[in-house]
Amino acid sequence: MVRSWGSRVYLALIFLFLYAPIAVLMVFSFNSARSRGVWGGFTLDWYAQLFQDRQIMSALYYTLLCALLAAVLATALGTVAAIGLSGMRGLPRLLASNLAYLPMINPDIVMGLSLMLLFISLKIPLGFVSMLLAHITFCLPFVIFSVLPKLKQTQTELYDAALDLGATPLYAYAKVIIPQIRPGIVTGFLLAFTMSIDDFVVSFFATGNGVTNVAITIYSMARRGMNPKINALLTIMFAGVILLLFIANRRLASDTKSKQSTLFTK
Amino acid sequence: MKKKLISGPYLAWMLIFSILPLFLVVWYALTAESEGERVFTLAHLSRVFEPIYLRVIWRSLRLALISTAFCFLLGYPVALILTSRHFKRHTILVVLVVLPMWMNFLARTYAWLTLLEKNGLINHILAFLHLPAMNILYTDAAVILGMVYNFLPFMILPIYSTLYKIDHSLIEAAEDLGATPLTTFRRVIFPQSLAGVLSGVIMVFMPAVTTFVISRLLGGGQYTLIGNMIEQQFLTTYDWGFGSALSLFLMALLLITGSVLMRSRGEEGGLW
Repeated sequence: MVRSWGSRVYLALIFLFLYAPIAVLMVFSFNSARSRGVWGGFTLDWYAQLFQDRQIMSALYYTLLCALLAAVLATALGTVAAIGLSGMRGLPRLLASNLAYLPMINPDIVMGLSLMLLFISLKIPLGFVSMLLAHITFCLPFVIFSVLPKLKQTQTELYDAALDLGATPLYAYAKVIIPQIRPGIVTGFLLAFTMSIDDFVVSFFATGNGVTNVAITIYSMARRGMNPKINALLTIMFAGVILLLFIANRRLASDTKSKQSTLFTK
Repeated sequence: MKKKLISGPYLAWMLIFSILPLFLVVWYALTAESEGERVFTLAHLSRVFEPIYLRVIWRSLRLALISTAFCFLLGYPVALILTSRHFKRHTILVVLVVLPMWMNFLARTYAWLTLLEKNGLINHILAFLHLPAMNILYTDAAVILGMVYNFLPFMILPIYSTLYKIDHSLIEAAEDLGATPLTTFRRVIFPQSLAGVLSGVIMVFMPAVTTFVISRLLGGGQYTLIGNMIEQQFLTTYDWGFGSALSLFLMALLLITGSVLMRSRGEEGGLW
């Protein structure tokens, strides 16, 4: 009993530590005083002003556009790559799949600056396109490592049967294999999307020419004192994530009732 | 047959956007501009070992090690509690551990300023309790706090997943044979969770030793880490040669620590 109480208190303290800054961030989005640390009363002004702030809105636009494009392109490229990798054997397969670890173990600062060197050497102007290319690169492994395990579980007999029945390989893939690996593709897409939205370090090096994302905007503001409008934006985004998680959880729960869900199992 | 060919675009992509950039880093680290041509030199690399830079590297290692130790000491009990049978709804608690990572990490780190300031929230609470004020902002302590705060979930999750897989009958067997809870933990539970601890250590140490954001936001100007030094070379002083040499050194350092840690884990291999 005592141990149980002790662990409850400990867990509560850890959660306090993890959530205190987030609570502060959210509370100050409703603060009418502009400076941090001073409470001037409740207001919703920052939420109204947020949508008129052109700098923040443009950063949000680039963040979402980049995340969406990077996730879609990385998912397409990564799924095809995973299918290709699953068809390879021996040393080539080992080399090719270990290649995907590279962006994951490479420190993000080294990845950012080395891509910056590449873009400058290839005369690709630093801006939205270079940022997108960089994001696709670090998103790719997440897609590949979500899809590969699913491919290992697929029943190739069905694919062979489809071929025997006269389906073209492409048609058989689309109708037999893709539905079986869809949960892996969805997980990979979602991982890629969130990684892209949250990225600062790689984007910081890989962009330029007035194209910034939300993270870079926060970084440049942090030194002058952060604008409460950013707090408002982050509060909305965080609430959005929680809502999405809640919906996904509900869908997963109803899915497992009707059929075996494979989204979060290996 | 054809299956092999369709991984071609991926291989080309990785070659251009992962391998080639690293070669550029090596190239800039080992060459210098001389009469319009780039010639081989070891000058950049030898500069890395000058005392002022070694001090910064040592400092980065020290802060990262301390943060990793704190993450382990704070995180292990959390993982242990999450797998204990007192909590039936532990999946929700695990989600709660991960959830903060969905708030932008710069903003979360920045929010610590509000808490740690001289007239910040924590000092208000301390004053209310008649305790002495705490002024750790812009010191090493604040940087360590920022690292522990940001990377703690990376320590908890891998330990949790190894603890979760432990066969409970082993623990019951130890108890039946008369082992005290402490002995059970020391002889049965902890050895089986070592793989998770190792993953956790790697996943905390690596980002901690390379960060430049946490030290910039919480450490103030004079507290430079190797990450800040690299960032400066590329974005302020435009000394790509020295910046590349520092990056090369950092990569070698991480590769060595990583492989030493992996070796100690045995043959099973694989980071995850």
